[in-house]
Amino acid sequence: MSAISMKVNGKAVCGEVESRTLLVDFIRTNLGLTGTHVGCDTSQCGACVVHIGGKAVKSCTTLAVACEGADVTTIEGISKNGALHPMQQAFHEQHGLQCGFCTPGMIMASIDIVKRNGKKVSEEVIRRELSGNICRCTGYHNIVVAVQSAAEKM
Amino acid sequence: MENFNYHRPATVNAAAALLKKSKDGSYMAGGHTLLPTMKQGLAKPTDIIDLSAIKGFSGIAVSKSAVVIKAGTTHMEVATSAAVKKAIPALWEMAGKIGGVHVRNRGTIGGSIANSDPAADYPSACVGLGATIITDKRKIAADAFFTGMFQTALKAGEIITAVSFPIPKKSSHMKFPNPASRYALTGVFVSQDSAGKVRVAVTGAGPKVFRIADMEAALSKDFAASALNGIQVKAKGLNSDMHATAEYRAHLIGVLARRAVAAAK
Amino acid sequence: MTDTGIGARVLRKEDKRFITGKGQYTDDINLPHQTYAYFVRSPHAHATIKSINTAKAKKMPGVVDVFTSKEVEEDKIGGLICGWLIHSKDGSPMKAGPHPILASGKVRFVGDQVAVVIAETRAQARAAAEAVSVSYGVLPHNVDAAQAMKTKAQVHDVAADNRVYNWSIGDQAATDAAFKTAVHVTKMDLINNRLIPNAMETRAAIGSYDTGSDHYTLYTTSQNPHVARLVISAFHGLAPEHKLRVIAPDVGGGFGSKIFIYGEEVTCVWASKRIGGRPVKWTADRSEAFLSDAHGRDHVSHAELAMDAAGKIIGLKVHTIASMGAYLSTFSSCVPTYLYATLLSGQYNIPNIYAEVDAVYTNTAPVDAYRGAGRPEATYLLERIVETAARELKMDPVEFRRKNFITSFPHQTPVIFCYDAGDYGAALDKALELSDYKNFASRKAASARNGKLRGVGFSAYIEACGIAPSAAVGSLGAGVGLWESAEVRVNAVGTVEVLTGSHSHGQGHETTFAQLVSEKLGVDINNVAIVHGDTDKVQMGMGTYGSRSGAVGMTAISKALDKIEAKAKRVAAAVMEASVDDVDFKDGTFTVKGTDKKMAFGEVALASYVGHKFNSSEIEIGLKETSFHDPSNFVFPAGVHICEVEVDADTGLTKIASYTAVDDFGTIINPMIVEGQVQGGVAQGIGQALIEGAHYDRESGQLSTGSYMDYNMPRAANMPHIENFKLGFTVTKCPSNPLGMKGCGEAGAIAAPPAVINAITDAIGVRDIAMPATPLTVWQAMQPMKRAAE
Repeated sequence: MSAISMKVNGKAVCGEVESRTLLVDFIRTNLGLTGTHVGCDTSQCGACVVHIGGKAVKSCTTLAVACEGADVTTIEGISKNGALHPMQQAFHEQHGLQCGFCTPGMIMASIDIVKRNGKKVSEEVIRRELSGNICRCTGYHNIVVAVQSAAEKM
Repeated sequence: MENFNYHRPATVNAAAALLKKSKDGSYMAGGHTLLPTMKQGLAKPTDIIDLSAIKGFSGIAVSKSAVVIKAGTTHMEVATSAAVKKAIPALWEMAGKIGGVHVRNRGTIGGSIANSDPAADYPSACVGLGATIITDKRKIAADAFFTGMFQTALKAGEIITAVSFPIPKKSSHMKFPNPASRYALTGVFVSQDSAGKVRVAVTGAGPKVFRIADMEAALSKDFAASALNGIQVKAKGLNSDMHATAEYRAHLIGVLARRAVAAAK
Repeated sequence: MTDTGIGARVLRKEDKRFITGKGQYTDDINLPHQTYAYFVRSPHAHATIKSINTAKAKKMPGVVDVFTSKEVEEDKIGGLICGWLIHSKDGSPMKAGPHPILASGKVRFVGDQVAVVIAETRAQARAAAEAVSVSYGVLPHNVDAAQAMKTKAQVHDVAADNRVYNWSIGDQAATDAAFKTAVHVTKMDLINNRLIPNAMETRAAIGSYDTGSDHYTLYTTSQNPHVARLVISAFHGLAPEHKLRVIAPDVGGGFGSKIFIYGEEVTCVWASKRIGGRPVKWTADRSEAFLSDAHGRDHVSHAELAMDAAGKIIGLKVHTIASMGAYLSTFSSCVPTYLYATLLSGQYNIPNIYAEVDAVYTNTAPVDAYRGAGRPEATYLLERIVETAARELKMDPVEFRRKNFITSFPHQTPVIFCYDAGDYGAALDKALELSDYKNFASRKAASARNGKLRGVGFSAYIEACGIAPSAAVGSLGAGVGLWESAEVRVNAVGTVEVLTGSHSHGQGHETTFAQLVSEKLGVDINNVAIVHGDTDKVQMGMGTYGSRSGAVGMTAISKALDKIEAKAKRVAAAVMEASVDDVDFKDGTFTVKGTDKKMAFGEVALASYVGHKFNSSEIEIGLKETSFHDPSNFVFPAGVHICEVEVDADTGLTKIASYTAVDDFGTIINPMIVEGQVQGGVAQGIGQALIEGAHYDRESGQLSTGSYMDYNMPRAANMPHIENFKLGFTVTKCPSNPLGMKGCGEAGAIAAPPAVINAITDAIGVRDIAMPATPLTVWQAMQPMKRAAE
């Protein structure tokens, strides 16, 4: 077991983990932040996406020990002072979620997409860049609408 | 996933020493191939030597004649580099087609090349541009680097430190993704250097990246899609699976090569 | 009405917890001292179990215990059941083989669970599972439905030819006679490809036994927790219902796959007692989900459609072989029978239909209801053969359909159903207009200029949902009744709690059900709570599947609300010293005719609890009512979907250029949610048509599409662009429920596959193409034409 410490959602956290402990397990089990989900075991569904240093990464394909000193943000950490992040608000307003399971990863990935591509991000780019996030409920239609709508407000 | 000893060395030399000392160690860059393989139980290294903390291990340098990308550079860094876009737009575009956003944020050029996945994209850029793979020990021509499926010319413990891509006159990359995995079902990278010499490199279709001499000869004479008319890629030896037969892959190589030539800039 | 009532585009109340990461799915729940289960699964498609050695595994670090069928049998835990008894046409009952919760004597598909390891951590359980040594005697296997009745691989002793039943519907003699008079007969062999549901949350369970009270609790990913409790109690014999609580918390999608009772969930709750009461938690890996969730579809059919000289359909003959997989899953037997062949009349006036269905065992995962369940298979078959017939008759497929549409209601089909209401022509007209069909030729020409082949395909579907009435389904073999329950509790302050037997796993019930309350009682939706998914809170329910929660579940709520209104009127009358007949209730206010007396709903609620102003021997204290609604008929949503595709002839890649869906769902409670259901359903239908397909290797019997590396899931880029995905609605109210509702959950998955395939065959000019029409398949289909052209 190794002791690790990092910043999660702005707070310093530490814990004891095995080398093989994945970041997602550290977040869910050690920190009890269960908003980050596991939807597959082959690194493809995107339900586990969090931000490290502001960039979207798959927490199921990242070792917790490798995040020593990292700045991690999960779905629980993007609302500020009780106000929803524009991306959260847009998913709500545009009905961009149904069962909600893929939603945290979808939102975290979408924030990264908009940050890099700007307010005028095209539908084409959004669809292409969401290729690493699978949703089985919505048919993606309202997700794309939500991302475009949030982009204008971010 | 089996447990292992985790190391995060600060230098290439320290990394090499750790690997040498380990029983059955493995280097890890972004971990996007290694960790899924370990999760499936297909790899069980005793030690993981994480290269991500090595100082000066990532970065892009563009000179008049080459784009040099350090091994730890992520696909996203390449895909968002204005300098790469200007020097070799096809390389820039290709990096933006690898995986999804999260893969590009973590996956590195060194990791991708060292793995020599037959369906990965970077090997086609390396061979298609005639790149040089630079390691802690030597320089290896891309043509000699990829030796087989998941096999390279790297010796035990050898670490890729950078890849140098000569800047071509024109180049282009066309990818037909596997509908499930999004890896290349077939991908073709075409380049023409200032002397008019052409390279056509194919990924996803065979056990490793390979070149097509007939196409290169024809295109070296006349760099136009029509120059490829009549050149039939043989299906023999190509991959065949439920997503694509060898015949289909052979056909796709022709289609993608023609499109790549037409789009080259 | 209130602005949050029926028909309002209200944003979802449940969203906040999901978008902030506060949803509570089963795997998010952890109980003190819990252990972890990991299942040992068969690597073989078909084998005898010669011996199982668990000694080494039991000694591994952290292992609490290891169980096999031996312990299951010691505790007399019953097997999994199939809840719908189908009889063959010769009158014999279906041949249901044994289905123990852990395989006994034999494994029948790759992934069949053989043993379970319980350990302190998940990693320890998994490691020890690898140390369980099973000696197998490999048997011949068959994974192919079409070969099942010919193969030597006999899956169950009870079914010598692997045939579960040979069932028929319709009048064979009359249909044969009609065919003799036919001017044209269109014949097709059609395969409905096997799919894997892939709800994004995998199945999970936590079983917990309280030694002090001899009481069990099961947290599970279920669409119908009460049915789970009933089955675990009555058939597995684990505990009587009052000693078993089943909780289905937030559930991350179901699509049918979480209706069923599976061995793993039962094992968790059983094993908890076996290990002395520590909770046992299991969460499926995605790889396990691929292997062990019930799959969908997998039909091999031959169909013949007969037309007269005027182009009127006069008869339909169908023979279908339906794979059931290796065991009969909970509702599997009714899917290719009463949910399939009864829909073969579609929207058409077909006087003679005869269908025969052979359900067969194969060495594959069990097949059961998946979004649409039987109805997509029926619609695919019918809409493919109708389209093909029109082409063979050189008739416009639109006019051919219109000519054969049912136009008067009620309409009795030759295959049981009596359609109560609809206007198929209106939906067709609206779809043609929305899709700008009249300018298709110019779009086709524009595509051609870009080197693309454009095609258009139609799908006029009907579905039957809200399976009912209970007495009728009982006579057809159903083991349960298909009603729904509701309890409405009005609190003293006038807020409302609705306890429903429906279960929401993405459908938005917390919003739509609250809208119904808002509409009927004039209460703000924020003052309404919807309680579901817990057998200790809700007395009984049948759950959510088959688009039944609106038509059946909400009708139960509506009836309970009517009772609330009636009771509240009596209270209001007493308080306002008026006759009940003089009390009106509108927009949340009780008034007395001809006076200015009025009371708000909340005031009446308070009055009913304080009891100061009425005689409690005449009017009972309190404001709480229940209702059990048993519908008098199925509901019949229908619509027309039009798909345009662009095929890249060089690569075979198909793009959905545009998609238009016009649906008649009767009364719509929340258009935003209904549109979301259509979009999601269409995505699954496009997935089936273009890219999805479960594939078992014939030689090895292994599932070749066992992960997202090989099973093609629809992604954002597979769907049409926003401006090219058009939705429209027509409304004919359903006469069999007071709200006039039908059902919307499955329409897209039902309608889309034939629309897409009709468009592709139109684009590339072939008679038929197999689903999924992947680039490879399309390219291969085009080769003969290319060779002919060369």
